Amino acid sequence: MLSWFKNKKYPLFWLDYLKKFKNKQPKNIENTRFVVFDTETTGLETSTDRILSIGAVGVFNNIIDVSDNFEVYIRQSNFKAETVEIHGILKEGNLVKLNEDEAIEQFINYIGNNVLVAHHTAFDIEMINTSLKRMNLPKLKNKNIDTGILYKKLDGRKDKHYSLDVLCDEFDIPKHDRHTASGDAFITSILFLKIISKLKQERHVHYSDLFRISHKKNLM
Amino acid sequence: MKNIIAERIYDFLKNFPPFDVLEKEQLFQIASQVKVIYTEKGNSVFKQEENPHHYFYVVKDGAIGLYRTLDNDEILVDICDEGDIFGLRPLIQNDHYLMSAKANEESILYAISVDLLKEIIEVNEKVRKFIIASFSSNIKTPYAKSNNGHLFANVETLETINSHFSEVRTAEFSKNPITCSKHCTIKQAAQEMSLRRVGSMLIVEDNNPIGIITDKDLRLKIATGLISINENVSKIMSSPVITFSKKITIAEAQIAMIKHKITHLCITENGKPTSKLIGILSEHDIVVLHGNNPSVLIKEIKRAKDVTKLEYLKEKTLNLLKGYIDQKIPIVFISKIISEINSAITVKIIELSLAEMDSLPPVKFGWLALGSQGRKEQLLITDQDNALVFEDVKKENYKTTKAYFLKLAKKITYKLHNVGFEYCPADMMASNPKWCLSLNEWKTQFNSWITKPSEDTIMLCTIFFDYNLVYGDKDLVKDMSNSIFKSIHTYEIFLNFLGRNALLNPPPISFFRQFLVEHDGEHKDQFDLKSRALMPLIDAARLITLSHNIKDKNNTISRFKKLMKIEPQNADLYQSCIDSFKILLRYKTEQGLKYNNSGRYIQLNKLNKSEKLKLKGCFKPIKDIQELLNIRYNLSQMM
Repeated sequence: MLSWFKNKKYPLFWLDYLKKFKNKQPKNIENTRFVVFDTETTGLETSTDRILSIGAVGVFNNIIDVSDNFEVYIRQSNFKAETVEIHGILKEGNLVKLNEDEAIEQFINYIGNNVLVAHHTAFDIEMINTSLKRMNLPKLKNKNIDTGILYKKLDGRKDKHYSLDVLCDEFDIPKHDRHTASGDAFITSILFLKIISKLKQERHVHYSDLFRISHKKNLM
Repeated sequence: MKNIIAERIYDFLKNFPPFDVLEKEQLFQIASQVKVIYTEKGNSVFKQEENPHHYFYVVKDGAIGLYRTLDNDEILVDICDEGDIFGLRPLIQNDHYLMSAKANEESILYAISVDLLKEIIEVNEKVRKFIIASFSSNIKTPYAKSNNGHLFANVETLETINSHFSEVRTAEFSKNPITCSKHCTIKQAAQEMSLRRVGSMLIVEDNNPIGIITDKDLRLKIATGLISINENVSKIMSSPVITFSKKITIAEAQIAMIKHKITHLCITENGKPTSKLIGILSEHDIVVLHGNNPSVLIKEIKRAKDVTKLEYLKEKTLNLLKGYIDQKIPIVFISKIISEINSAITVKIIELSLAEMDSLPPVKFGWLALGSQGRKEQLLITDQDNALVFEDVKKENYKTTKAYFLKLAKKITYKLHNVGFEYCPADMMASNPKWCLSLNEWKTQFNSWITKPSEDTIMLCTIFFDYNLVYGDKDLVKDMSNSIFKSIHTYEIFLNFLGRNALLNPPPISFFRQFLVEHDGEHKDQFDLKSRALMPLIDAARLITLSHNIKDKNNTISRFKKLMKIEPQNADLYQSCIDSFKILLRYKTEQGLKYNNSGRYIQLNKLNKSEKLKLKGCFKPIKDIQELLNIRYNLSQMM
């Protein structure tokens, strides 16, 4: 009862989002829809920096469907000139920009209950969660996979922290559109498929293995 | 809305036909609906006979091999790499796939919905033309500088309808063939065959063909009295029979007949021996349809009475070769057929020359084809390389014996020259006293080349070691081979010299992935396909098989195939060498036919981007195999 009252103050889109988690989710890799995403931000401080754009693309049954994509740019008053040269998004550019609330709402509608994938997920999810907090909403409920951690499950790659650039080189992925949210999401989605394929070559991969963190590897 | 991913896919596609002629919005629409597929090496994209997918494919990265399974052999027909399109024809023509597509290396593919393309074909005349052109092998595409839809790595033209070459038509077979059960007597069968005026009869069991008897069986086994006419047909039938489905093309039927050395193929419902018999296809049916047939050519060669006739038949062979290349018949089969014909011509010339001599040969001898002829890789005739070996004779008879064979060799090389196998400019011919030797002389010769290697003798070894007996005594040649292997065995450092020679071939591309061209001379600024691309593979195959003591393989492809078995750890590398070799050999042949020369030198400015990429794709295995030689024979220390 209490939760019903609590839910009542949530906007409709969030209630829809919560509803989607009531459905049973598939438990194998082929039937799961993954949303690979990336955010471009004004900086790396989750508490003070802001999201400038979000890009995402859907992966289902090992296929990246370009028509299933998501790309928004966000109007931010909290703007840092010094990071422009990384992400290339000007405060007043030609891009159509949304308010943060609108953008987050669209993103939540897009991801549904799907599994989120990103390179160093923790940061991107924390950025989204901070935005949600500003909207008086709770945190994301989606399961998530970090391609950085997934990579460490491969034989002999335990100990280091690998950047997207380093992994692109190792997996021979052309680095087009680095540091645009969609471009990075696309690159990450190819990386994701390649790592899974490599893992499968090394051993039998179970769906749940994707979510375990690497120091538990010897239990796998 | 902005869509960076679609933009990037657009940027890639716009470089390749037919996307390059699309309107910007049309292409962007396609790009924004692409499905990106990552596939591991060895994974299948689609299989032969499968119903078409809703998508056709463009290779973004990697390489996809197209395979056609013919008679249980899987033949690599083409490799698609960056920008190549495959799997489109069946979608447009609502047909099943004629080939299987498999990732030769890990690949990224763009899958594009055929519905989108169909909409565009409706409104875009240029695209429509391109697609029609790329499906038929002999219409020049307005966009590709090369002939036949090269860019559309669509070799699925094997069965294309609008082609002038009858070989690609489905073969017309005789329906309702004459059959009997295996319990039928030979006499009954022969009576039935006479009554129906046919030359063959199929033996069936539950509607499945289990054997065949032909006029020839009656002649060889019955008329000779070997077997009684009251026995059952099963006593003399040839079994099992070779079966195909009714979709077999004339070219495929010809190849199957040559391969199995038979004259009749059974046509069954699904092509398997266990399915219902629906017809028979005989060599005669094909001859009626089409005079330009290799087995007929060989028969005509055998019947030829003079050099003029042979010259005419040689000309016909060239037409056959052109047709096969246009139809993208697998290069392995083409070279088999062509070398079969060439050696038939040589044999005939030797017979004609022997008849002109005043006496029979004083002792046994063997006629050897050398170099590319010896390896059975010579498709376009350039010049002749040959040698003669004769049995050892007493010292006092040597002079006259040698004189006899030199005279014979002069007649043979002269006739070969007249037929179209031109004299070797380096005089590497049996008519040269240096290369017309007794068995012992050859042994001493090879032994000295092996134990005292110099740059010149190593070069000679690479030519002479690829010999193939065309006519004469097998034992002489066997003896010679054994002696060579013995010499190599006692002087193994020779292999290192041979290895060093193999690495002396100039590299195909520079550090910056540019083609390296000749700096001066007649072929300035042209790319030397033979010495920069084919020779490294040929040399490597020879060297490694020699080191494994393999005697009976002297063809580059069969050498690599053998090596794949002996060194399974390097099987991938050897397979990629085979693939490259096939593509390069076909390419050289195409070039030679196009410009009426040996095809050895390529003018780079006449190649389009996709052809350049395809060639470059062949160079990786060359680099890899040279690295292997370098390590295995410690060559860096010798250089």
